[in-house]
Amino acid sequence: MIEIVGLTKKYGSFYALQDLNLTIEEGTVFGFVGANGAGKSTTFSILATLLQPTAGDAFINGMSVTKNAHEVRKQIGYMPDFFGVYDQLKANEYLDFYGASYGIAPKEREVLIPKLLELVNLSHKRYDYVDLLSRGMKQRLCLARALIHDPKILILDEPASGLDPRARVEMRDILKELKSMGKTILISSHILPELAEMCDSIGVIDSGQLIAQGSVHEIQAHLQSEKVLKVKLAGPTQEAMAFFENDPLVSKLIEKPEKQSIEFLYRGTEEDQIRLLRQAMEQSLQILSFAEEETDLEDVFMAITKGVEVK
Amino acid sequence: MKTLLANPVLIKEVKLRFRSMKSFTGILFYLMAMSIFVFGFIFLTTSLSGSGFFRPDESFLLFSMMTYIQLGLILFITPGLTAGTISTEREKQTLNILLTTAQTSFQIIFGKMTSSIAFLLLMIVSGLPIYSLVFLYGGVDPLQIVVIFLFYFLTLLAIGSIGVMYSTLIRKTIVSMIVTYGTMIFLAVVTAFFLLLSVQISTLGTTAPSFSPFSYFWASINPAIVMLTLLQPGFAQEIQTMTVIELPLWVGYLVFYSLLTAGAIWLSVKRLRVNMNKYK
Ligand SMILES: Nc1ncnc2c1ncn2[C@@H]1O[C@H](COP(=O)(O)OP(=O)(O)OP(=O)(O)O)[C@@H](O)[C@H]1O
Ligand SMILES: [Mg+2]
Repeated sequence: MIEIVGLTKKYGSFYALQDLNLTIEEGTVFGFVGANGAGKSTTFSILATLLQPTAGDAFINGMSVTKNAHEVRKQIGYMPDFFGVYDQLKANEYLDFYGASYGIAPKEREVLIPKLLELVNLSHKRYDYVDLLSRGMKQRLCLARALIHDPKILILDEPASGLDPRARVEMRDILKELKSMGKTILISSHILPELAEMCDSIGVIDSGQLIAQGSVHEIQAHLQSEKVLKVKLAGPTQEAMAFFENDPLVSKLIEKPEKQSIEFLYRGTEEDQIRLLRQAMEQSLQILSFAEEETDLEDVFMAITKGVEVK
Repeated sequence: MKTLLANPVLIKEVKLRFRSMKSFTGILFYLMAMSIFVFGFIFLTTSLSGSGFFRPDESFLLFSMMTYIQLGLILFITPGLTAGTISTEREKQTLNILLTTAQTSFQIIFGKMTSSIAFLLLMIVSGLPIYSLVFLYGGVDPLQIVVIFLFYFLTLLAIGSIGVMYSTLIRKTIVSMIVTYGTMIFLAVVTAFFLLLSVQISTLGTTAPSFSPFSYFWASINPAIVMLTLLQPGFAQEIQTMTVIELPLWVGYLVFYSLLTAGAIWLSVKRLRVNMNKYK
């Protein structure tokens, strides 16, 4: 379990993180979304005991990352957003070194390393020098490294960045496998759809503050005060246009006569929406369908990050 | 001891260091240069004196020269080997991962220190056969060699820890290198000037030797001067009469460089993990 309590990080007078509170239950995959500079890596660095918070604290399985850092390190597997590898080391030696760093006995390492390489599909690169591996392979190797001491909690900072679509899918499959192994995974990305697929829960961070938290659907609902409604009619659209135009919660009405449909932005709650439909039926409008247009997560993300630019 | 040497960083660094041919060619060149120097010296002195005979005092002179050459090597190579140990990891972005492992800060610093110093020790030890040649000609006390080697060890330990310390405190390797070499030059060269200065001041207006702790201090932290007192007991006597301080210089050297080593290692361990900003 990860508990973040009032976490604050200041650089000079600039707040990189401001009073962040978050609890992540054991066994969940939690996605951390935010635009560039929102504070994702800052949060992860603090959790990984690399950065000292200005105020607040975080607890990994009840242990403070500031006061009990050494114990916390044994519990987490951390993958930074940017990292390097030692040249002149082969993939298996690379893992062996980190295995030793966690005090794993040489005999155990010998058994463990092929298994980990297998997990991340790098068995064929076992005796290759790590600095000669491709970016995606390095990323997977780094993930294997983060797993070497069998941590309960994984903290992965943009593990899929810089990967081609195929490698992204592979990475996602590996993460799914880890999830099925019961690990608690904290993962960041600025690509919401990518996270949506594998996360149980998502937190949206903006300017160092958590602005939304919940399941993917909840987030979508929370962030969208306006939705797009599409009404399909069995006859001409003029009458319906006149009706919807009069509703104070409707804006940006678009008429599409050739498709016999109209679209508009709606600003009301679900109850408002039900009332609107009932009124429309009472007006005897020839409505075939009345539905919410699926907006994709990209749009949601754009909506969130628009706020950042305005500030 | 065993747990200290089962240090992952130490094992990895040693493996990497001896995997590259550079280390071996380095030692090879060193041994070749030393051999050429020794045989050249013996050849020249014997042929110049025309006797075909290498006298003990000449042998001692050769020994002294070799000792100074090795000291120079230690002073010049140690900063290069240590001043980048932590900062290159930072620059290559491997440090953040290393710091999230279960190793303590002391283990990491210790591993880095010992792996760099092990190489230097190996280099010095590999020169021992050439030293033994000097023994054959006499004039050198075996105890003296032991003392000199302990002196080397302390010196490279101190300079090495200073290098590691700067490498921990300073972000950029290049800056850390410059500062470490600067410190080394201060200790080896600048202190000699300060010594001259304080001797001048303390003898101002008098011809009789007077109590001068400053002269003692500057002399006792200068490796070249302290080594001379180790090689030539007569010189040690002279310093004693000049400063009117009974304590041999090497005691001051031992205290100062031990404190320096301990302080530098302590600071490195303390500072390795604080203020860990992002290294982009
Ligand atoms: N060492 C530092 N000194 C000053 N400001 C910093 C430092 N490190 C980070 N920041 C600032 O803190 C804010 C948060 O940075 P952070 O790296 O956490 O963002 P992020 O969400 O990970 O962004 P990205 O998606 O680009 O990785 C940024 O505005 C950044 O400029
Ligand atoms: Mg980041």
